[in-house]
Amino acid sequence: MAEHYKPFKYMPWEMSLEERFQEYHPAYSEREAVVEANRCLFCHDAPCMVACPTTIDIPTFIRKISTGNVKGSARTILESNLLGATCSRVCPVEVLCEGDCVLAHDHKPIAIGRLQRYAMDYAAERNIEFFQKGEPNGFKVAVVGAGPAGLSCSGELAKRGFDVTCFEKREWGGGLDTYGIVVFREPVEVSLNEVKMIEKLGVTIKTNVEIGKDITFEQLVDEFDAVFVSVGLGAVPEMQIPGEDLEGVLDGLEFIEETKVRPLNDIKYGDRVCVIGAGNTGIDCATIARRLGSERVNMIYRRSEAEMPAYHFEYQFALKEGVSFMFLTQPVEVIGEGGKVKALKCRRMDLGEPDASGRRAPVEVPGSDFEIPCDMVITAIGQKKHSHITEKLAKFGIKTVKGYIAVDEKTNRTDHPKIYAGGDCVRSHGEASTVMAVEDGKIAANGIHRALCGEGVKAELLPTHASKR
Amino acid sequence: MANLEIDFCGIKSPNPFWLASAPPANSGYQVQKAFEQGWGGAVWKTIGAPVMNVCNRYGTIDYKGSKIIGLNNVELISDRPVDVNLREIAEVKRNFPNNAVIVSVMVESKKEAWQEIIKRSEDTGCDGFELNFGCPHGMSERGMGSAMGQVPEYTCMVTEWVMEVATKPVIVKLTPNITDIGFPARSAIKGGASALSLINTINSIMGVDLDSFEIKPNVGGKGGHGGYAGPAVKPIALHLLSSVASDPEVLKSGVPISGMGGIETWRDAVEFMLLGSTSVQVCTAVMHWGFRIVEDMIDGMSNWMDERGFKTCNDFIGKSLPRISNFGDFDLGFQTVARINHDKCIQCNLCYIACNDAAHQCIDLHDMKLKDVGNGNGRMFPVVREKDCVGCDLCSVVCPVDDCISMVEIETGRPHTTWNELSKKRPEITQEWDKMEAYRDEVGIHIH
Repeated sequence: MAEHYKPFKYMPWEMSLEERFQEYHPAYSEREAVVEANRCLFCHDAPCMVACPTTIDIPTFIRKISTGNVKGSARTILESNLLGATCSRVCPVEVLCEGDCVLAHDHKPIAIGRLQRYAMDYAAERNIEFFQKGEPNGFKVAVVGAGPAGLSCSGELAKRGFDVTCFEKREWGGGLDTYGIVVFREPVEVSLNEVKMIEKLGVTIKTNVEIGKDITFEQLVDEFDAVFVSVGLGAVPEMQIPGEDLEGVLDGLEFIEETKVRPLNDIKYGDRVCVIGAGNTGIDCATIARRLGSERVNMIYRRSEAEMPAYHFEYQFALKEGVSFMFLTQPVEVIGEGGKVKALKCRRMDLGEPDASGRRAPVEVPGSDFEIPCDMVITAIGQKKHSHITEKLAKFGIKTVKGYIAVDEKTNRTDHPKIYAGGDCVRSHGEASTVMAVEDGKIAANGIHRALCGEGVKAELLPTHASKR
Repeated sequence: MANLEIDFCGIKSPNPFWLASAPPANSGYQVQKAFEQGWGGAVWKTIGAPVMNVCNRYGTIDYKGSKIIGLNNVELISDRPVDVNLREIAEVKRNFPNNAVIVSVMVESKKEAWQEIIKRSEDTGCDGFELNFGCPHGMSERGMGSAMGQVPEYTCMVTEWVMEVATKPVIVKLTPNITDIGFPARSAIKGGASALSLINTINSIMGVDLDSFEIKPNVGGKGGHGGYAGPAVKPIALHLLSSVASDPEVLKSGVPISGMGGIETWRDAVEFMLLGSTSVQVCTAVMHWGFRIVEDMIDGMSNWMDERGFKTCNDFIGKSLPRISNFGDFDLGFQTVARINHDKCIQCNLCYIACNDAAHQCIDLHDMKLKDVGNGNGRMFPVVREKDCVGCDLCSVVCPVDDCISMVEIETGRPHTTWNELSKKRPEITQEWDKMEAYRDEVGIHIH
């Protein structure tokens, strides 16, 4: 299989901005898809399927591509994961399905993500509608937040006849799929199409409605039979170093969002950019900056390469894009001139004994401060929890774990019998990702279904990991 | 949603997909598992005379990295006693009353033996019988299987014996190991068969090991012919199916046909049905991947039918059969030429060398600078000399790029006549070379 991806060279005069922000893996042609699909062994009890948090029947959907039943392939995917189009683009397949492919032992694993995208694109191009709203069962469910967990839960419930209203504080649904995934990984239309698909299932999505401001949990608990909370996480926290308020210091998520919602040539970028943090969001910020035209992009991380939270393939991608990494480097001050960023003062670090996270703790090297000249600093050091939400939920007796909403793993129910939660706002352990959020939505939909319609709910209506085994 | 149900001479099946009489249909456990996963019917592995199996039983052809494009076997009919099989058949039919359960039988060439096994099998509640006149190895040497199917008189005689006692539909399974399959097909109908099925496996030697000189499959240092099946035999099966399905006597009798031979996907199944199969049988693909492949077969066929607006299988069974014709009736005025899409061409120039070495030398290599489609790599592009192109299609079949070389129909003004018409009207043209040359000049055919 031809490897299409050509590393981006810093030669903006050769490519238009639009070209630089196209999906970096071009779509498979029919022949490429069929050739790749035919490589799949169609394993029994396939490990790829077990590795998928939403348990997509991967061998079956791939076989359907190979036999020319691409419509059936798309249906197989969507039956397990309504957000199959987004997941095919953003899933960390290298550590999930493709990582567990039996061919990874001595061949190349099957390109499951790209095959899934092929089937999803096929269905999207033809506007195929696979599912209908279920026969109304008289129950009303409120979903707070139209991110992947909220959409998944809403869609699964609507398919089973629940009357679902989804409240979203932003202008568009889709959550981080819409606002937070770098555009050359997922064009915004893909996520918005998924929102439309959920709406077509009969889900009412009310945008620009914020919980606590326009509507309260008390109202929702009164008016609805169940409430699913999928509010995600908040902004990037402060670094708590001097100079953080200077012009040119940006929140990484906001930076990514600009590329999704604004014309690309309106976006300001620095010539020399420092990105703080070495997670996947940081990589997105750094590679966006490069593709916008930044000459030098440095990722600043206080630990070493071995501890960096970004996936290895993301790290490799950033290197190909010409991003530099400065490990064992701790920012201590943003230095400004005339209110604008001029440099980032950093301190060398060394690795000491393992800390609470099990990783070796960074220890400052005294007297090692130095300055990196730069005109933009982008922070990507995680996300704040929505404490105003958890405080409100506490009134319903709902507990938290490390600031995340506590839920029962099997049903995603909180301590309150009517309130369920899922997505990044419950991810007190494990990786936050779209596919995990989708599964959370399914688990909660099953939980709500069981709780309201009784234990007699048939197992085949419950497409979760547990029921498929 | 399309309705896939079929009625096969009274045998009802929820869909046209049946397990062929073969190892996957060897036991109650297997057949019930298959039905649970969606198979519409099963022809039980042949029961009958006592046998002893050998090993190894299977040989395969792998082709350029793909496993099992062809599989042969020297396994015999069921090696479990008849009463064990009958007990399980009865149990399966009881548990799955809506699925088709057909008992395949084969005994020595004695009237009493055939009639007895049919009578015993009827008690299982099965839906019908398939007479195995096709097994080409092991049994044929004992005068059974293809030894019967290769002699039309025997086919007719045994069918008659069976029809005397059978109260349920009887399918006669034909062997492909015969010069003209029409003969046994007509004999079966003469004998009163309710239906036909084809093809059984083809005589074959799978290969020879270059190091040990052993035959594949190797049975303790020896090897021999076995029955060949799998994707590679599909074209042979389609031909034999079409010739039986379009045989005037078969058409007149109206008996349905169950087709098999290399069916692996819903697309294969559709092709068999377009050429006249009412049901289709599958073995090798199940031996490769298991019963679960039926899910896509049902889903894919159903989606295809929906797209085409076919409500039931009868809407398309036999739809391509009227197109089956003889060479003498082909249109001699139909002309195609190859057109190369140079925007798609990747300059492998396989079309050039194929045409030049193996066809009619009507592709040239050109420097395409004038047309400005070159990528500046200095390589030449293949260009068809259209006036010389004979329309053989070789360039287009070797081209590795989809839709790059297309065969386009052109109007030459030549008369749309056939060889048969020509032989009738102007017989001298079809008999003498100089008259043929003159006729070609007359209609403007120039062979360079």
